[in-house]
Amino acid sequence: MSALLELENVDARYGPVQALHGVSLRVAEGEIAAVLGANGAGKTTTLRAISGTVRRSGTVTFAGRPLRGGPDAVARRGIAHVPEGRGTFAELTVWENLRLGAHTRRAEKDDFARMQQYFPWLETRRSQQAGTLSGGEQQMLALARAFMQRPRLLLLDEPSLGLAPLLVTEIFRIIRELNEREGLAVLVVEQNAHIALQLAQTAYVLEVGRVALSGPSAELREHESIRRSYLGY
Amino acid sequence: MLGLTRKTKVSTGASLPVLAGLAAAAVFLLIGCLSSDTFAQQTVAGLSQGAIYGSLALALVLIYRATEVINFAQGEMAMATTYIAYQLTLWHVTYWLAFFLTIVIAFVLGVVVYGVLIRPVQHRSVIALVIVTVGMFILIDGLVTWKWGADLKFMAAPFGNQVYHAGGVAFSRQDLGVLLISILSVILLWVLFQFTKLGLAMRAAALRPAAAALVGVRVDWMLAVGWGLAAVLGAVAGLMTEPYVFLQPSMMQAILLYSFAAAVLGGLESPAGAVIGGLALGVFLNLFGQYAPRDIGSSELRLPVAFALLLVILLFKPTGLFGRKQVRRV
Amino acid sequence: MTRGLATRLTAIGIVVAIVVLLGFTMTDYHRGLGARVGIYFIAILGLNILIGYTGQISIGHGAFMAIGGYTTAIMSNYHHTNLIATLPLAFAITFVCGVLVGIPSLRFRGVYLALATFALAVSVPQLPLKWSKWTGGSNGIRTHTTPGNTWLYEVTWACVGLAFVGAWLILRGRTGRAFRSIRDSEIAAASSGVSLPIYKTLAFGISAAFAGVAGSLFVLVTNGFAQPNEFGVTLSLQILIGAAVAGLGSLYGTIVGALFVGLLPELSSSAPLIGSSHGQDVVFGAIVILVMLLLPNGVAGLLHAIDSRVKSAIKSDPTAS
Repeated sequence: MSALLELENVDARYGPVQALHGVSLRVAEGEIAAVLGANGAGKTTTLRAISGTVRRSGTVTFAGRPLRGGPDAVARRGIAHVPEGRGTFAELTVWENLRLGAHTRRAEKDDFARMQQYFPWLETRRSQQAGTLSGGEQQMLALARAFMQRPRLLLLDEPSLGLAPLLVTEIFRIIRELNEREGLAVLVVEQNAHIALQLAQTAYVLEVGRVALSGPSAELREHESIRRSYLGY
Repeated sequence: MLGLTRKTKVSTGASLPVLAGLAAAAVFLLIGCLSSDTFAQQTVAGLSQGAIYGSLALALVLIYRATEVINFAQGEMAMATTYIAYQLTLWHVTYWLAFFLTIVIAFVLGVVVYGVLIRPVQHRSVIALVIVTVGMFILIDGLVTWKWGADLKFMAAPFGNQVYHAGGVAFSRQDLGVLLISILSVILLWVLFQFTKLGLAMRAAALRPAAAALVGVRVDWMLAVGWGLAAVLGAVAGLMTEPYVFLQPSMMQAILLYSFAAAVLGGLESPAGAVIGGLALGVFLNLFGQYAPRDIGSSELRLPVAFALLLVILLFKPTGLFGRKQVRRV
Repeated sequence: MTRGLATRLTAIGIVVAIVVLLGFTMTDYHRGLGARVGIYFIAILGLNILIGYTGQISIGHGAFMAIGGYTTAIMSNYHHTNLIATLPLAFAITFVCGVLVGIPSLRFRGVYLALATFALAVSVPQLPLKWSKWTGGSNGIRTHTTPGNTWLYEVTWACVGLAFVGAWLILRGRTGRAFRSIRDSEIAAASSGVSLPIYKTLAFGISAAFAGVAGSLFVLVTNGFAQPNEFGVTLSLQILIGAAVAGLGSLYGTIVGALFVGLLPELSSSAPLIGSSHGQDVVFGAIVILVMLLLPNGVAGLLHAIDSRVKSAIKSDPTAS
């Protein structure tokens, strides 16, 4: 399968501090890839480097062409980034948040119909202010909003953060569904290595801004150091 | 760009005591109008003045929400676009055609000002941004005086000078016309913001620029449109002021000050607050001038009284009537 | 004596020498201009203490200048007080006014504070119109004696020296550290035991007091007249512009700021570009905008940038000691 997204030797810095050192990874068409690592390893920075929110050097290629420009240009290319903090507009209603997801689209009605197949309960909360939703609901809303963009690639930053285990299972179930039924490629950053390795086909482990390990999840799950550091056994 | 959480809480600014107070004030005004002719006249005149303050205040709030700066040059921009309308009428363009052309020109000017003067400094220094607008104030004032001179000029009265009588009260067609046009422009703007895709994108860009960019909103363009629309509101305010004070370079200076007061009164982040603040201020000042004891109701103290009212309200509600409470996170 | 201190003292020595030299060689008219620059310096210094060191924005310093100015004019006119004696009086009165303004200002933040102080700038100059019996109304009130430009130049720059030394002493000690901590993070400062109300109102008081003295001198420089329209919004904005050009948080940029606001209107009125009296506004406004676009952090920012360039050049040069 050809690579949908490819990072080659990417560095990223926050002012004088360099956060990523020569990171290379690829996500194939329709694949789910995971980025694992401890706090401060550079996982979030990797996503930011892709969506153009942080200054970077190196090559990022998307669907065969170089990916350049800021977040709005990246969004228009077909990449939906659900950031840390979810990026929901707490002051706007659920429906307005979803409409914003369709900002780059023309045929909103179809997008809405499709989205409702996966998130039927959102219909009942149309006029509710997004900030008053619970944590789990906001995460779902963020995901739904990203899906409204009808992207080819979804970038997810720690979707399980702060959620009860039951909700985490539910969210990951939906992500898998979106991947299988819509052919949506996903690059998910997670601290919960266990569930991430169950969901993803490929995984990359970051340490201090570098790719320390990578490979198919099945292999990584059995890898000695991964088991000890991230899976706890 | 990196922080996606804001310091303010989610609650809207309209709290129950404020709404109740406004309702009580409205009832008071109604009773007053029905019982006294003078009261009614002052209220209507106050409303139309207040509508002008409200439109300019709305322009200030639009810009403040979008770029977090107080545009000191808003009044002068409004004045300059009014002079442009004047020039058009000198070239034999009819008043209302000139009105619409001026609005288009104002929009373009607003966009250009944003792109050339504001965008470069926007993220570097708040003070620098304020000073740029102050510099614009001085520059525009100089340019207009240079081109047209400082002497009084007159445009054809857009609404005529007719006076209507209803139950012993005299209403001027001008006051009613000004009120109508100002309210109409505010409503059109509201429709734009609430119901259109562009309006939603603009709101998103003003609320959370980083999150808006992630859904593909071109934040800079949205801010430019915001400046353009603010300039349009200013143009309308200027054209509605001209029949009262006629055309001179200083025509909008006092109005700008009242509009500052109105905008802060309503809460700088609330468009509705700006309009209501303007109307309330207009009515209050007129009634105060009419009924207050001689020495504090005099016209010289009108401006200090406006600001005294503002300071009193701010002491009780430091972020204005409809402003959101600012929660500061550590 | 450290190398840094030596360089600073040399710089100050040079400035003092220039001021004295110019004082002797300038024409009388230019001495008047020189006095104006000094007046702006004191006012801008005061504003810088407030904005640059404690982060409280005020656009109302014209009001404090008005209070100081009217104090001098009234005392001189009614009581024939010695002109120089009115200066400490103006200082004290405006200090108290500043503290009084600072107290309610504790409730306001950021732009709301700016607009509340703006309200002062607009309203206070109107008040003399109201009490015209004592203040001469729109015609203003005049001091008993009107000093010449030489006297003005000397006294103003003596005050500049005092102001500079005073500011330096205040800012280098505990008070200055408290101020800076408030600017950087009020919450952190408060949790470290810095009393916000005391230091914030103190800053307002000091800042206002400086403006008050500037206002007194301003009245003297304008033929001893204290008039409402001289202390209007324009004056407050000019001081703000001066502070912005100076750059916040630096004493040295202040001289550039004062020169900018004091001299530029003069220079632009003789600009060949437009020629009429309103050409002055066009040129001044355009230059203000240009300066802000190029130097958003003022002269202080420029100095800082140069300073860090020099430092990093030294660091990366292995042969430097």
